[in-house]
Amino acid sequence: MLKRFAIATATILSLSGAALAAESEAYVGDVKFSFEGPFGTYDQFQLQRGLQVFTEVCSACHGMKFVPIRTLADSGGPALPEDQVRAYAASLSDITDAETGEDRPRTPGDHFPASGLETAPDLSLMTKARAGFHGPYGTGINQFVKGMGGPEYIVALLNGYTGEEKEEAGSFFYENTAFPGGWIAMAPPVSDQLVEYADGHDNSQQNISEDVAAFLMWAAEPKMMARKQSGFVAVIFLSVLAVLLYLTNKQLWAPIKRRAKNT
Amino acid sequence: MAGIPHDHYEPKSGAAKWLHSRLPIVGLAYDTLMLPTPKNLNWMWIWGIVLTFCLAMMIVTGITLAMHYTPHVDQAFASVEHITRDVNGGHMLRYLHQNGASLFFVAVYLHIFRSLYYGSYKAPREVTWIIGMLIYLAMMATAFMGYVLPWGQMSFWGATVITGLFGAIPFIGPDIQTWLLGGPAVDNATLNRFFSLHYLLPFVIAALVAIHIWAFHTTGNNNPTGVEVRRASKAEAEKDTLPFWPYFVIKDLFALALVLLVFFAIVGFMPNYLGHPDNYIEANPLSTPAHIVPEWYFLPFYAILRAFTADVWVVMLVDWASFGIIDAKFFGVLAMFGSIAVMAMAPWLDTSSVRSGRYRPMFKWYFWLLAVDFVVLTWVGAMPTEGIYPYISLIGSAYWFAYFLIILPLLGVIEKPLATPATIEEDFNAYVAHEPRGLSQPAE
Repeated sequence: MLKRFAIATATILSLSGAALAAESEAYVGDVKFSFEGPFGTYDQFQLQRGLQVFTEVCSACHGMKFVPIRTLADSGGPALPEDQVRAYAASLSDITDAETGEDRPRTPGDHFPASGLETAPDLSLMTKARAGFHGPYGTGINQFVKGMGGPEYIVALLNGYTGEEKEEAGSFFYENTAFPGGWIAMAPPVSDQLVEYADGHDNSQQNISEDVAAFLMWAAEPKMMARKQSGFVAVIFLSVLAVLLYLTNKQLWAPIKRRAKNT
Repeated sequence: MAGIPHDHYEPKSGAAKWLHSRLPIVGLAYDTLMLPTPKNLNWMWIWGIVLTFCLAMMIVTGITLAMHYTPHVDQAFASVEHITRDVNGGHMLRYLHQNGASLFFVAVYLHIFRSLYYGSYKAPREVTWIIGMLIYLAMMATAFMGYVLPWGQMSFWGATVITGLFGAIPFIGPDIQTWLLGGPAVDNATLNRFFSLHYLLPFVIAALVAIHIWAFHTTGNNNPTGVEVRRASKAEAEKDTLPFWPYFVIKDLFALALVLLVFFAIVGFMPNYLGHPDNYIEANPLSTPAHIVPEWYFLPFYAILRAFTADVWVVMLVDWASFGIIDAKFFGVLAMFGSIAVMAMAPWLDTSSVRSGRYRPMFKWYFWLLAVDFVVLTWVGAMPTEGIYPYISLIGSAYWFAYFLIILPLLGVIEKPLATPATIEEDFNAYVAHEPRGLSQPAE
């Protein structure tokens, strides 16, 4: 036991480098997204661009089975006009109707298709299922300051390819600095000018990644704007209530304290 | 011990007398609200109200969530998404319930540590303390089962690990584990029974809370001096106390408003900060997460569980002496439950005649070290079991046991306590006299 204590103390003092190395294993850089912080909101047009990237690139393999298509029309989201949402739903792959058992085109009431490729994870919640910033030393302070880092992880992943690839058991793996383990089965999916934005926005690889990350954040947390509004209402209401209760309490105790002072 | 003398409810009107002679429910409410409460309670005495609020909030949001939730392995995860996406206000209900658990545990830990510092567990309040420990255990069971319900990766693997603890019991462990799970592994039967019990246990907690309150209403509250209220006569008792209503109700509500301010800011602006990202991945029995980490409020005890590995000499000794029946895994389980058991035994382990830590110069140091130890264990419980972390866990766990089993019994013998005030009134008057002007009252 004594020996253990001695080792522990020695290691505390030298702050073992292993922990430091483990934390910097996968690199995720901070991105200033419009929706960060208590006052942050989604950029409707960025979400629409992100939807375009998702549709033209990601959806080839990935699905979003938990996201109802109709929510594309929601305010606080991409807020597409109703007729566009209907047209978009119809453009997706057909769905087997639960009642008739026959295939039919999708309607806004249906969900996005599930992943077409078995090994491609569903993206509905990907930005909440990943975190970008850890530490320092497992304290969570970085996430408190910068946010959870889910969308940042997406951006880092899409831009983290080193160009190295290897073949293992007949599958190709691509080296990626953001992916845990360093080798990912997904080939580099985005590149400069890959998507021609309908609104003519700059389509560099970085922009494409950020737009689709923002869109995926909305897909995972579609009620974020309503939630923040509730937060503000609650905080303002409780501040007023706290002030009133403070004054009530002070007045209530004043005669008691006066009596105590005079004894 | 007789209760503190105070006025009792006297029915005045005919109808009130009629009811009172049949069911003295108004009298019960009156006596509860008008309970004589020590004047000098400080701000650490507000957590009881916060906890009561938490229980009510969790039951209300929980019942509403249960209206939309489906306890089936194929649909549970999707039904939680349905709640957050399709149900009116569902995202708030879900986040309130999810973060409500954290508020509940923050409050209960502060409540427990307040009792440990001011000696609230000591005679004659041992029963209140033991009931409190039972509430805490029921809370942990409820929180654990609730965390399984969304059926994410951490839900599934957390359930696998925690029920596995029971599997470590010698001879009968595997059978107990199978019985708990309703099958050989975590599956639909497990999810269903956890849902059923997660719905049941809060009402057991509510009943225990009623008994907890009954118990300390019988003995009267402890207070920062640890000196008892004078109870020879009503006049004397009134010098030390004030009725719960309105003095402490308003004070507690003010504190509750401040606590909720922080709580709603977290729910509104960073509701996933305290959660684990992996639980947004649907449960997959074929893929084990890299690190299985329980919710933060279990981490101190998780750290103790993991601290006693097979290479610690105590573990080796016990393993050898028990002919291998108590192996490292079972030792860890015993240590984890033991760490709560020794805390529950505090009333009989603390030999000091002085109740409040305020008048115990040596105790103070050990107490604050225990508080730091608790934080360190929380932190190290989330770290991987490699490098330096197992040593920190071991030192932290050792101190936890040493505090209750060695330090508390010894301090009562070797420590020379300071003089306590003669009465609560004296302490209160001294406090008011020294209070900063701005906080006390407007100039007269």
